[in-house]
Amino acid sequence: MSVTADNTSAAPGGTHSAPADAAGTGEPLRPHAEDAFADELTALAAHDDRPRPPRWKLSPWAVATYLLGGTLPDGTVITPKYVGPRRIVEVAVTTLATDRALLLLGVPGTAKTWVSEHLAAAVSGDSTLLVQGTAGTPEEAIRYGWNYAQLLANGPSRTALVPSPVMRAMAEGMTARVEELTRIPADVQDTLITILSEKTLPIPELGQEVQAVRGFNLIATANDRDRGVNELSSALRRRFNTVVLPLPASVEAEVDIVARRVDQIGRSLDLPAAPDGIDEIRRVVTVFRELRDGITADGRTKVKSPSGTLSTAEAISVVTGGLALAAHFGDGVLRPGDVAAGILGAVVRDPAADRVVWQEYLEAVVREREGWTDFYRACRDVSG
Amino acid sequence: MRAALEAARPRVVLIEGPPEADALVPLAADEGMRPPVALLAHAVDEPGRSAFWPLAEFSPEWAAIHWALDHGVPARFIDLPAAHTLAWEKEKEETSGDSDDTGDSDDTGGSDGTGEGDAEGDQDGGAPHAGVRIDPLRALAGAAGYDDPERWWEDVVEHRGVGDGDPFAPFAALEEAMGALRETYGDGGHERDAVREAYMRLQVRAAGREVGDDGVAVVCGAWHVPALRRRASVAADRALLKGLPKVKADLTWVPWTHRRLARASGYGAGIDSPGWYAHLFGAPDRPVERWMTKVAGLLREEDRLVSSAHVIEAVRLAEALAVLRGRPLPGLGETTDAVRAVMCDGSDVPLALVRDRLVVGDVLGEVPASAPAVPLQRDLDRQQRRLRFKPEAREREVELDLRKETDAERSRLLHRLGLLGVAWGERTVSRGSTGTFRETWRLRWEPELSVRVAEAGVWGTTVLAAATARAEADALAAPDLAEVTGLAERCLLAGLSDALPAVMRVLADRAALDTDVGHLAQALPALVRSLRYGDVRGTDTAALAEVAAGLAERVFVGLPPACAGLDADAAEEMRRHVDAVHGAVGLLDDSPAPHPTDLRGRWRGVLRVLSGRDSVPGGIRGRAVRLLLDGGDVDAGEAARLMGLALSVGTPPADAAAWIEGFVGGGAGGGMLLVHDERLLALVDGWLTGVPVEAFTDVLPLLRRTFSAYEPGVRRTLGELVRRGPGERAGVTGTGAGIAGFAAEPDTARAAAVLPVVRLLLGTDPEGKEAERQRDGLAGVGR
Repeated sequence: MSVTADNTSAAPGGTHSAPADAAGTGEPLRPHAEDAFADELTALAAHDDRPRPPRWKLSPWAVATYLLGGTLPDGTVITPKYVGPRRIVEVAVTTLATDRALLLLGVPGTAKTWVSEHLAAAVSGDSTLLVQGTAGTPEEAIRYGWNYAQLLANGPSRTALVPSPVMRAMAEGMTARVEELTRIPADVQDTLITILSEKTLPIPELGQEVQAVRGFNLIATANDRDRGVNELSSALRRRFNTVVLPLPASVEAEVDIVARRVDQIGRSLDLPAAPDGIDEIRRVVTVFRELRDGITADGRTKVKSPSGTLSTAEAISVVTGGLALAAHFGDGVLRPGDVAAGILGAVVRDPAADRVVWQEYLEAVVREREGWTDFYRACRDVSG
Repeated sequence: MRAALEAARPRVVLIEGPPEADALVPLAADEGMRPPVALLAHAVDEPGRSAFWPLAEFSPEWAAIHWALDHGVPARFIDLPAAHTLAWEKEKEETSGDSDDTGDSDDTGGSDGTGEGDAEGDQDGGAPHAGVRIDPLRALAGAAGYDDPERWWEDVVEHRGVGDGDPFAPFAALEEAMGALRETYGDGGHERDAVREAYMRLQVRAAGREVGDDGVAVVCGAWHVPALRRRASVAADRALLKGLPKVKADLTWVPWTHRRLARASGYGAGIDSPGWYAHLFGAPDRPVERWMTKVAGLLREEDRLVSSAHVIEAVRLAEALAVLRGRPLPGLGETTDAVRAVMCDGSDVPLALVRDRLVVGDVLGEVPASAPAVPLQRDLDRQQRRLRFKPEAREREVELDLRKETDAERSRLLHRLGLLGVAWGERTVSRGSTGTFRETWRLRWEPELSVRVAEAGVWGTTVLAAATARAEADALAAPDLAEVTGLAERCLLAGLSDALPAVMRVLADRAALDTDVGHLAQALPALVRSLRYGDVRGTDTAALAEVAAGLAERVFVGLPPACAGLDADAAEEMRRHVDAVHGAVGLLDDSPAPHPTDLRGRWRGVLRVLSGRDSVPGGIRGRAVRLLLDGGDVDAGEAARLMGLALSVGTPPADAAAWIEGFVGGGAGGGMLLVHDERLLALVDGWLTGVPVEAFTDVLPLLRRTFSAYEPGVRRTLGELVRRGPGERAGVTGTGAGIAGFAAEPDTARAAAVLPVVRLLLGTDPEGKEAERQRDGLAGVGR
């Protein structure tokens, strides 16, 4: 508790209370899932005649449909929120219906947070019971804090207690969310063990406890290929069912995602549109995928994988950087030289091991590939 | 299946399968017979032509055979005789060259039956052949909204058979479905089925005449049911069967494995998850709970933390998933998803293990010793007769001259048998000759070798096919790179050009993933050796050359970083690797590579990097400079500069001594270099006198090791040179006059006199260039 005592003084209780209601002050920049898709949720609930677990707004089947999309008997179209294997969504929804918590794993850019928000919105109708995990997340964020003015004036009591989102979810039988679980220090993570196994949160100061109401569950997200994270203890890991969100399944899907995102970012940065950029994007995505998967696209040659994640998100930033380079210093056309340096930076994270990986890849794969001569030269130039 | 037979109590059971195997049916009851096994049919004079009818414990055919044997009811196979199916294969190969399809072994996953009056039937239309034909189950499952035919099968048949009052219900439902399908699709591309069904109809009719129409049970693929029900005239059926090609066929039981039942192994007749079905068949109750316990047990054996709580949660998740997906019971898909989420932390890696060990399974069948001989033995006999190469129990030695056709074939046979673990011959050192065209073998046929041959029958029906399959499997299982290279060499020796691509692929993969440059450097020389040896034998080695070039590239890239920060022992080992790679690259560049690349040039670049990098141990740097100097890529002046650099005051003495060892060590030539290049000697001399007293004892062993390897003559000359002292070195003005035993100028006339002999020794073109260089070298020595 000594650790958290310092933290509390810096971050008084109340910080973690319910987010301020944006209504009345104008259009929110990004509405919550349950508000943005309220129509769909209502339509689904109206047609949903399957059994619902206690306090669920929809049946598991309807939740899966909400995420994966579909058409209801009355013609209401449910837009797909998640494009990916159906199996994954089904396992995730089913897990929430059992008494195990759900852990969504994946590299950056695989829509972990997005899926967790929509799951909470569909299951409990509220996606705001959220704990954002950081290296400085204190125990109070997961258990409860105190309103110190009250505490000093009236002594410990339930009125002086500031509940965390998790505590509120337990009391009301809702779905709580923990973002970036592995960034939370290990000792704070372990606070969750009692909550998840005993389904109770003791308040020793008052000699009371909060027992979870049926319907309570927890969705955590975590990054599985990130450096400097706090590994989950095996005790905590045992309380979670793990679902790994995969990267885009095909080159085409990934090229599509990258191109679309690059276009959006480019417009917001006022970059001139690159007319023939798609070939270069395809090339970047191919390189990333091949290094990530450890095998070339034709499936004939294996390559080593570097230590970096090489996620779709990184591919997007490489292409955006290349576009900026081409727009400001080049002729406005995305060329191999513009992306080469970015790729090098993304691939070579560890100067010794990754450099070997990258050079092997260049010599063994890129050099002999048809139409990639320019790219090979550009990479050789920046590799030095 | 058994339930249906119990209910019907037929007087004869007809099973879809080759009728030649009727005699083999009683063997199924043998103590030593354990499924999975397969009926193997092969053409007598051509063991390579064969077809399989695999049977697992849970196959309806197997159940039917056993029921029949237990109840003393005759069981007969009624499919078209293997003699015809094998002949068909032959025709097809001859016409289209397509030899892939292993016969009509398609309808094995289940069976189905129909009698004329009181009928029962069950089952499963065959799995598709190679995708050309339509897969009836897939079509049905698609119509029912399932994406996976096996899942549909599981839901419709397996999950509902148990406990239902009427054992015929699932069969009847299937028959109806299949009938509808056949109306839609006609024969669905199974053009031979009409003939097979005609034959089956005739057999059914014959059996019906024998025991009465109500006493016949037919077990066959559901696909055939509607056709068997159809009334066709005997004459029409006979007409279809007329003029079928025929070969002499022989049948036997062979052990089979679950892995080969799995469709992934390439047999069209397979199912995806034999282990799962065997479990369903074998588990008395609560199949999901038992399955999860099995999975947990497996994961625990592999040191994964799996508690009973995990098992409980996994079962609950699987059941909840089944409800969500609207299925009566959790199937393989649900249990797999549950295992992944609960026990494997969402990772597919441990899941792959579960799939490999449990879902597919490692079960190996057994057949009793009384089963007829496997075709592999026949093939071996045939080859031994042809090559006049009799197996004898007495030990004898034979010398094979590989330039002779027969001997070369004998050698290949021995090598192939060696790969199969049939150690008939042992390779011994050839007497007198070291030529690669001569091999000496010590032969001895031990009785247990026949058992080995029988065991090797799993791999194939001919020695060639079996050795190829075995080599491929060995390559996949080999633990390290060097073993795969060795295997590649053996494949070349055994003339297994079909196995080579697979082995090469494994080799390339291993090389790509191996991070230890030492392993790569070790593998390269063997590979290059086999490349050259392959040339001698006339094997196609283009693939090999490509892999070797790729391997060399990887070594080039990885070598400089790998040389940094090594201790003395590791540096010594790495120096040997550098030598080995140098030799290999020299050989490799001569051979024709598909992508002409300047390997030697790139290797020189690597050596240059090595020689100039401070973090590289002295021994390796010295060796790199020496190799460059020998190759003429660095002139003597540059070498002297590098040496001076390495021996300058700032360098720790031990490191400098190692440099000297690397540069002039290694026996031949090193000493001569010092004798003839005074600058180098003077550098060494100067450095040695400058070594501080306390460091001198450290460097002494190294230097001693270096110099003691020289020939006595070289050592003496060096000693004399050193004794004369550095004063003599002043002769820079002249041309090296003053060295004892040498004239002031080289006597070119006398030197030229030996040239014809030297040319003769070295051969003329294309080595003429080499001779030229040699001569230059000699002339240089005289300077």
